[in-house]
Amino acid sequence: MKEHDLVIVGGGPAGMAAAVAAHDAGVRDILLLERDQRLGGILNQCVHTGFGVEHFKEILTGPEYAARFMGLVEERKDIRVSLKSFVARMTRDKVITCLMPGRLEEIQAKAVIMATGCRERTREMVHIPGTRPAGIFSAGLAQKLINVEGLLPGENVVIVGSGDIGLIMARRLTLEGARVKAIIEIQKESRGLYRNVVQCAHDFNIPIHLRHKIARIEGKDRVEKVWVEQVDAELNETGRGFGIVCDTVLISVGLIPENELLEMAGAAIDPLTNSPVAASANMTSIPGIFSCGNSFKVYDIVDSVTKDSLLCGQMAAEYIKGAA
Amino acid sequence: MKPFDIIIIGAGVTGSAIARELSRYCLRIAVLEKEEELSFGVSKSNSGIIHPGTQNPPGSLKGRLCVEGNRLTRIIADELGVDFKEVGELIVAFTPEDVARLEGIKKEGEQLGVAGLRMVDTAWLREHEPNLNPEVIAALYAPAAGIISPYRWVYDLSENARANGVEFFTSTPVQAIKRCECALFEVTTPRAVYKSRIVINCAGLFADDVAAMAGITDFRITPRKGQEFLLDKKREHLTNHLIFPLPTAVSKGVIAIKTSDGNPMIGPTAEPAVDKYDLTTTSEGLDAVFAQARRMVPSVNPDDIIAYFAGLRPVAGDDFIIRDEETVPGLITVAGIQSPGLTAAPAIAVMVSGMVRKHLPRLRRKLFFRRYRRKEAHLFAVSVTETRKLIAKDRSYGDIVCRCEMVSAKEIEDAIARGARTMDGVKFRTRAQAGRCHGSFCTTRIMKILSAKAGVPVARVTKRGAGSEIVKKDRADEGT
Repeated sequence: MKEHDLVIVGGGPAGMAAAVAAHDAGVRDILLLERDQRLGGILNQCVHTGFGVEHFKEILTGPEYAARFMGLVEERKDIRVSLKSFVARMTRDKVITCLMPGRLEEIQAKAVIMATGCRERTREMVHIPGTRPAGIFSAGLAQKLINVEGLLPGENVVIVGSGDIGLIMARRLTLEGARVKAIIEIQKESRGLYRNVVQCAHDFNIPIHLRHKIARIEGKDRVEKVWVEQVDAELNETGRGFGIVCDTVLISVGLIPENELLEMAGAAIDPLTNSPVAASANMTSIPGIFSCGNSFKVYDIVDSVTKDSLLCGQMAAEYIKGAA
Repeated sequence: MKPFDIIIIGAGVTGSAIARELSRYCLRIAVLEKEEELSFGVSKSNSGIIHPGTQNPPGSLKGRLCVEGNRLTRIIADELGVDFKEVGELIVAFTPEDVARLEGIKKEGEQLGVAGLRMVDTAWLREHEPNLNPEVIAALYAPAAGIISPYRWVYDLSENARANGVEFFTSTPVQAIKRCECALFEVTTPRAVYKSRIVINCAGLFADDVAAMAGITDFRITPRKGQEFLLDKKREHLTNHLIFPLPTAVSKGVIAIKTSDGNPMIGPTAEPAVDKYDLTTTSEGLDAVFAQARRMVPSVNPDDIIAYFAGLRPVAGDDFIIRDEETVPGLITVAGIQSPGLTAAPAIAVMVSGMVRKHLPRLRRKLFFRRYRRKEAHLFAVSVTETRKLIAKDRSYGDIVCRCEMVSAKEIEDAIARGARTMDGVKFRTRAQAGRCHGSFCTTRIMKILSAKAGVPVARVTKRGAGSEIVKKDRADEGT
């Protein structure tokens, strides 16, 4: 079994910042595991700007922000990066089972930082009834299809949820030539940043129906229509509704920390937020296993993820020094 | 086209089991399926239970074929390397009247030959099924109940049939059936006219329409909808057994079960449907299912739902209709195969084989029938040691595509090599996209693998056949 002082799971902005901070605090044996073929995580598909205002005092795109940190990781030769490396299992003794093309490794770590990010809540989690045709996407998947793969997911689109990702996708789809017919928001106001409401919806005359929900998705092979219902302050249907003809539904109804590996290791997880439960920020209930970035708590902006993860890297470094 | 000996219409579990059974003989067999892939009709919404045989009236085809099917399924699953798990079922009672009904079900089951039935008390239930509602006062325990993956079962049966020479034609809906003077059937499809001496109608929801094409009009299929809710694998140990209430007049009731992939499943409803394509789920269905499930297992939580869907049971009266049609010699009807159809399928196949042999008395068995099939490897089902071996054998077992269900590129490529042509086909065979993120992370990668291996442009990759393309346009096709 291979041994490392610090193993970081996840090479997005959180994992990269944690690696840099741990290195700068004196840890010299760091292994950074990333599932994908490159570092950067979801930033790579966020081609819009607005990243880095706090951390770099500059306005960057997602890939630019990621590239800055890739540079910082690369400069530190003691950080070993392992790409296409999927962590299948972790134990409370900090043994990590990692699958890579052509090999399986079991790694014993002195300390672990979980920087596994978050996933999108799905249509199934908000229980939207109806049929299950093609044309229903999480907003993040639609973003990846457009920005990374060059594929247009739909032409007439309804977006469920007015969080930042939903708003940004409304603008992105419009710029790509699709028609965003409506954004449906169950709350009484948008959950997104004000600048996104203005720049992504208002500026493109995309209606946001507040206090409405999708009551039904229709269509056999492909989405054909959604049925929208107004709700009252208790979120009960008022009986006033209307249909929208569309071929695509984007679901953008929030993010959940991805902590299944931690849960498997036996760490306490808050069932409501899916965040680790621990005595202090960035810790978990298992000594020596730390958590940062969106897998610790879903942040609004990447600069906060960076800040959180830098602190977490230092914390793990102190733990390793204390254990030595 | 040279005439076939046998045409089977419909490639669900019944058609596939019959195809496999008949492939033991020296016969030319074609299976015509209207969907893009096999197992895309009734069978895809099956809950995957291999029933012990209880809850069927004695003297019914259902009862006899279910008990026999339970026995045969174990043998064939073993031959084909399909995971069958005997988990046992509990039918629960809340009142002394319920207990009396259970005694009746037990007696009827014993008459049918269901093995091992016994009543269990609260002490037994507390020990073996701790999450059960403490208000349950007794249960009927049927140890022979098991679980299987319904679609992998269909795929493995049909692949084995194919290995034994059966030809499968997908996207081939039957439009007309004519019996010509030379005692041959002519089966018209948009693809071609297929001829055969015998036609076996296994057309599920559309068995009445197919029968009518051949002149049989004495039964109707009425769809009965069932909504099912799948829970996160994290709740794998919600129950240890399959938990049933007392049956209702039309169904076995809302049940809480385990599935062979590890996700618990809650459902189904039993609602009359008019439209044979009505696969909508409703919020009423969700509420009803959870209210009923909670009565048996109070800790069931709708927050754990990762997927839901509706299926339609093909109902043709109370029992199966399995007939060698006298008025249309050579036509065999296999209709109304609702629950326990998945369990009964291998026994139905043997019964139909008997009918076929009556028509073709000089039928010979093949010298070499490929009885066995190499078990497929699925990372989610094997140990670390075995995973290491698989990766050593083929490096792409270590290339994980679906993170929620841990499905490798190799498994997806294998699924395509074995016939998957759509995203759902890949999902049913491998579980990729079937987990908690619902394909958010792996959809693009699977589309690209499908495109490369099945030779279709990525923008033409579909969810489940023409009309269900995943995306609308490929920017690369637009030029500059």
